[in-house]
Amino acid sequence: MRMVIVAGTPGSGKTAVLIHALRSLNERNIKSSVVKIDCLYTDDDQKFSKIGVPTKIGLSMDMCPDHYAIYNLEDMISWAEENESDLLVVETAGLCHRCAPFTMNSLGVCVIDATSGPNTPLKVGPFLSTSDIAVITKGDMISQAEREIFRERILEVNPNCKIIEANGLSGQGCIELAEEMLKSEEVSLDEEKLRHSAPLAVCTLCVGETKVNKKYHRGILRRIDGFQSYQGE
Amino acid sequence: MIDNITILGGYDKNGEKEPVNKVTVNKGEIFGVVGPTGSGKSSLIGDIEQLAQEDTFSKRKILVNGKEPTYDDRTNPRKKMVAQLSQNMNFLADMSVGDFLNLHAKCRGASQVCVNKVINLANTLTGEPIKDDHDLTILSGGQSRALMVADVAIISDSPIVLIDEIENAGIRKHDALEVLAGHGKIVMVVTHDPVLALMTDKRIVMKSGGMRQVVSTTPKEKALSQKLNKIDEIMLSLRDQVRNGEVIGDMNTIKLDL
Repeated sequence: MRMVIVAGTPGSGKTAVLIHALRSLNERNIKSSVVKIDCLYTDDDQKFSKIGVPTKIGLSMDMCPDHYAIYNLEDMISWAEENESDLLVVETAGLCHRCAPFTMNSLGVCVIDATSGPNTPLKVGPFLSTSDIAVITKGDMISQAEREIFRERILEVNPNCKIIEANGLSGQGCIELAEEMLKSEEVSLDEEKLRHSAPLAVCTLCVGETKVNKKYHRGILRRIDGFQSYQGE
Repeated sequence: MIDNITILGGYDKNGEKEPVNKVTVNKGEIFGVVGPTGSGKSSLIGDIEQLAQEDTFSKRKILVNGKEPTYDDRTNPRKKMVAQLSQNMNFLADMSVGDFLNLHAKCRGASQVCVNKVINLANTLTGEPIKDDHDLTILSGGQSRALMVADVAIISDSPIVLIDEIENAGIRKHDALEVLAGHGKIVMVVTHDPVLALMTDKRIVMKSGGMRQVVSTTPKEKALSQKLNKIDEIMLSLRDQVRNGEVIGDMNTIKLDL
């Protein structure tokens, strides 16, 4: 199965851009299946089904949506195979921006909102720095100067990515994204690896502790002064 | 060097071939794009921005110096040939004007000397002076637009400038267009405003998503445009006077010599 993984900041227009791109693939008789991973709620499945693309929703609830997406990839691929799709598109709602759900052989697409400020490309981490394609949205709302600064900042973080400037409302740039999606390669899950390790998160909070005082916490704890220690047996 | 761009017609919203199948715009020329709301003006500008190669909804093709641009010319973000200015654009960066222009100049590999040039040029386009220690985000609409025009003219060295409706901006529109065309750029301006439309060299008339016809501006229209520009100047100066708390007394000082 060929796999496209789409990540991005909340509200950046991942779904809007994808819908235009998938419509363009439909016109070329390329069949895709979409899995939308969110945390608590989404109605994006209705939007995708309007353009006739089979859609499955995964709500990660209290789990990290990226982690949840990663270990469910196998099920998603078999579902897309059942649909006889050419392409599996996974759209994830990463939250802390420290994970990148892209695997080595998938096509990694990062959608990033130009109105989020010129420093955002420096802040968002591996889902931008390890992506193949950076889609910049909402560029029509900021000055030409800021667009140019934004582009340059993205290239500082990821010099090899391809930048597509897209408009989720008008669909501008989305055909170019569809062209790139066509170039995605077959993924065989047995040997497939993540491009970037998921962040360290093995403390008491991860397993449900709600008390805030330091004395209740065990595991690998990093202090604000930079020191890190292991508390526990 | 870009001397001209050519737009090869595609299809309108009804899937019909566009009546205008070829338009060439030369360096230093100002082209207008006119037509009712929803007639496809912004899509035409979008096609030029992307240097479309029959790969957008309209299936138009854009040639640069009569040739197809290379894949790298189209997609390398450092080679972007097109700069845009529109009414919807805002400055969102939380910085001073000086720091911001410095950062932009650095990104474009331009000299820091540009910064003062941009501010001085912007101040010729708007009534309220901009200073380099002003916060970018608190500039007025007129100041922002003036700064964007000056920045595009001097720092963004893209040879093609697309302007989408800057009519209500509170700047000297005539001068703004002249500044851009004067820097050897290919300028296309989407507008409903006769002051702007009549100062262009030619204008493309849009209807239902297609280019209907190309109208050359007549000498009469050019002369009218000069007069409209005077009215514009009067509006701007009255605007400044009202702003400064002055009482507008003598209407005789305003001569509308039409």
